[in-house]
Amino acid sequence: MRAIETCGLAKTVGIDRELFTGLSLTVTPGELVAITGESGVGKSTLLNMLAGLDDADAGEIRIEGVALGPLNDETRTKLRRERIGFVFQAFHILPYLTLEQNVALPLALISPDSAAAKAQAGVVLAEVGLGDRGRDYARDLSGGELQRVAIARALVHRPAVILADEPTGNLDPETAGRVLDLLARAVKSRGAAAVIVTHSAATAAVADRVLMLTARGLTPIDG
Amino acid sequence: MAEAGLLRSRLALAWLVAGEWRWHPGRFAATAVAIAVGVALGFAVHLVNGSALASFEQAVTGVNGAADLQVRARSPLGFDERLYPRVATAPGVADASPVVRLSAKAGRARFELLGLDVIRAAAVTPSLVGARSSGPDTGSDDVFAGDALFLSRTALAATGARVGERLRVLANRRAVSLLVAGTLPGVPDGQAIGAMDIAGAQWSFGKLGRLDRLDLKLDDRTAADTALVRLLGAEAVVATGETEARQGDALSRAYRVNLDMLALVALLTGGFLVFSAQSLSVTRRLRAFALVRTLGLPKRGIIAAVALEGAIIGVVGAAIGLAVGYTMAVAALRLFGGDLGGGYFAGGTARVVFQPLAAGAFFALGLAAALLGSILPARAAARAAPAAALKNAGDVLDPRAPVPWRPALLLLLGGGVAALLPAINGLPVFGFTAMALLLAGGVVGVPWLVRRLLSPWQDRDLGTAPRLLALRHVHGAPGQAAIALCGIVASTALMIAMATMVTSFRGAVDSWLGQVLSADLYMRADGGDLDPAAQQRIAATPGIARAAFSRQLPLTIVPDRPPVILIARPVSSNAGDPSLVLLDKAPVPARTTPVWVSEPAAWLYGWSPGSDVALPIGGSRRFRVAGIWRDYARQQGAIVIRDLDYARLTGDKLRDEAAITVAPGFQTDVVRRSLMARLPPGVAVTEPATLRRFALRLFDRSFAITYVLEAVAILVGLAGVAATMSAQTIARSKEFGMLRHLGLTRRQITEMLATEGALLGLIGAVAGVALGALLGQVLIHVINPQSFNWTMATRWPFGTMVGVTAALVGAATMTAMLAGRRATASDAVAAVREDW
Repeated sequence: MRAIETCGLAKTVGIDRELFTGLSLTVTPGELVAITGESGVGKSTLLNMLAGLDDADAGEIRIEGVALGPLNDETRTKLRRERIGFVFQAFHILPYLTLEQNVALPLALISPDSAAAKAQAGVVLAEVGLGDRGRDYARDLSGGELQRVAIARALVHRPAVILADEPTGNLDPETAGRVLDLLARAVKSRGAAAVIVTHSAATAAVADRVLMLTARGLTPIDG
Repeated sequence: MAEAGLLRSRLALAWLVAGEWRWHPGRFAATAVAIAVGVALGFAVHLVNGSALASFEQAVTGVNGAADLQVRARSPLGFDERLYPRVATAPGVADASPVVRLSAKAGRARFELLGLDVIRAAAVTPSLVGARSSGPDTGSDDVFAGDALFLSRTALAATGARVGERLRVLANRRAVSLLVAGTLPGVPDGQAIGAMDIAGAQWSFGKLGRLDRLDLKLDDRTAADTALVRLLGAEAVVATGETEARQGDALSRAYRVNLDMLALVALLTGGFLVFSAQSLSVTRRLRAFALVRTLGLPKRGIIAAVALEGAIIGVVGAAIGLAVGYTMAVAALRLFGGDLGGGYFAGGTARVVFQPLAAGAFFALGLAAALLGSILPARAAARAAPAAALKNAGDVLDPRAPVPWRPALLLLLGGGVAALLPAINGLPVFGFTAMALLLAGGVVGVPWLVRRLLSPWQDRDLGTAPRLLALRHVHGAPGQAAIALCGIVASTALMIAMATMVTSFRGAVDSWLGQVLSADLYMRADGGDLDPAAQQRIAATPGIARAAFSRQLPLTIVPDRPPVILIARPVSSNAGDPSLVLLDKAPVPARTTPVWVSEPAAWLYGWSPGSDVALPIGGSRRFRVAGIWRDYARQQGAIVIRDLDYARLTGDKLRDEAAITVAPGFQTDVVRRSLMARLPPGVAVTEPATLRRFALRLFDRSFAITYVLEAVAILVGLAGVAATMSAQTIARSKEFGMLRHLGLTRRQITEMLATEGALLGLIGAVAGVALGALLGQVLIHVINPQSFNWTMATRWPFGTMVGVTAALVGAATMTAMLAGRRATASDAVAAVREDW
């Protein structure tokens, strides 16, 4: 089954500013796709549409075969909770939760079993190299460490799809490289489908496919 | 696909709430305290009023001796004792005990003296039967002796008498020596009552042939009610302990309800404070909420999380409030008395009784205020698009965005309509609804007012960058201004409204006193009436040009309403009597007897000039209402009748008051001293200035508690402004960091914040004072007439208005400056890089 499948997507913002039209994208499990393009072309909007946070004007989006279009907000929320993981440019680690709680948050949204959620969070934190930092808070970590926590949070509930919006935008090249390696390995090992929106050539280099977003849709870029 | 259940997400919700509380414990504590203050005030006032009423009812039961039913005289003149055998043998009446009731004095002690037929009383009201120290003694000779007096424990203590001693008792102008033969063990503590044989009382105190009360034991209530209606003439009415208790309730109910409402203002202000705090908290957490929405928490989850915070604030605040309220009630009873200075339950010994139902109600109100204050901002947060909120650091201000004004207008119009509706069961329910709607409309309209007031300044040269930035920020974010100001606008508005009402009321009373106290001296017989001989002696005193004698006595019109005061006095003419301030009048045809009714009596009984009214004076007679006069002294109503008409109809020539005009060439003080020398002890002669001072002191005392409640509401509101401005300023640390990067000094940023604070304080004061002036009109023209049955013209409290405005501007400026210092103390670079 394809993890992500879109067909004929179109999006207009404002009164008549057409971002793109006729956009189609297929991502299979275990595949990492990077999407690049100029600022304002609609990369983040596309990512939000894939997450069910924004609606397409035309076309269809399927996540693991489930069409998002007919779903109401409540059902999309549940689908997002269970099948999608997110990594943001600004990390978005809640300052008043411990790192363990931050990572366990997606599990806590699914089940009230605190012990299980924290145990699983500990395992994933160890995977990203922060196994001994679960009791710390965001203010105790560097940018690179925070993004590793964010990746752990995106992986903890074993989602089928991982969406990352400029995940290395706030990091220096060396740290960015380590974080990207980590993300790529985690995606491959879990068999998840990942879409990364980025301006960075280094980020695009770790992807299986690199696509350029323009007003006419997605165009492959040869590595 | 299954629904995204909130229950399954409860762990995440708990983490979010607990995390926020750990992060900002002070903010949550402050909001809980605001709710606690509101609940405490409301509960304390309610407890004090309830306890005073309970003690009043206990007093009524003590004097009545718990008879099944009573036949009561409509006035202190009593009724013909020939009614007694007819009532005693009426169908449904098992037994009847005749009673003579007198106000008595022994030395300085006052007590209620009851004359009883001991054998009948033993069967009907045994608690009023005396006992010697050896126990109940209805068979003893003492209880039948004409001069044997039995005193309740309280009366015994007050008089200082001992059993076996003789006591000089003054009642109905006669002083009689009585033997204290024993006590009244059935009368509860706190009730000063004396009992003696009825024949002895009638003989000794000049009540021969007259009775004041018949206490009845019934075997068939329905048959008795029917028979008594036929038997009773104009001089007596049927009453029960409950109807007498209802009289006390009716007299003070409006005052108690008004105090309750005023106390709830503090709770309302607390609710606004929760709203301010939670709005800020939600605004600050918009990205956090957006994150958890993105991770899969449904919209309802955000509302549930913030509502849960509100519920915890409400539960903690309300629980503390109940405990503090109970303690305050105990203290207030000691300091102010059972009526909190209102003068309704004088002499009572009220004790605070915990009221579980009221406690539950105030707990629920506190919880509701906290929940509402939380849910409203939570709904706004839940509506925000998660993706946009995550990208944007909350810079969602759009100075071009129109500010809605229709909801405010609708609420204000609704308030205006409600103000026109009549009272329900004597209570101004719609008046208070009108005030609530107007208040809500005023608060909702604050953003519009901010925009409206500041728009003309947008294109002007303001001199400095900090001032320009301050003006632009307040103008561009009127919603934030409203959040900071809602509590203070509400409490200021209510304070100004109360101040307007009290100023108008006090001014009206002062001016009225100036009009009615037109004589040179006023005389009042305390503890005995003035018979015609005494009146002649007084009139013949050298230096007295004129002595206008009057008689005041309570007259029961309806059994469960307090009696009106009948005033028999000379009335010079329908229009020309300066001491009768007429509001309306009607011609009096020949062969009709005129009466002039007070404004409260006209409101209470629906009397109008020119109408005929039946009054139980000298039998049931009809009188023509010749006019309505202003009276701020007797809330239960008063009726003036010409003294000649009164004497002709009742034969009563006794008088208890006199207004004396001093002849030209005589000094008032000299005449006063010479008058005092001719009068028996217990008669007071007072100059009008003293009476006026005394009346205004009483007025101020009865409103003292309202000033305390207003001050608390204002303090809670000011705390709200301080907390909100402080939080808003700290939340803008990143903006200040950016401004410092651009070259603004810390001092300039502080100047900017001070200007913002001053602007907000000024706008809050303008809104609060304007709204208060409007609410004051509802208090004066709707709630006051419907509660207390009198009207007045508006007098504006200009001093208070200016003072409140200055205090608000000063407090807001200082708060903003202090918060600004704290916010700019952090490193500018760190502030800009701060993630959350």
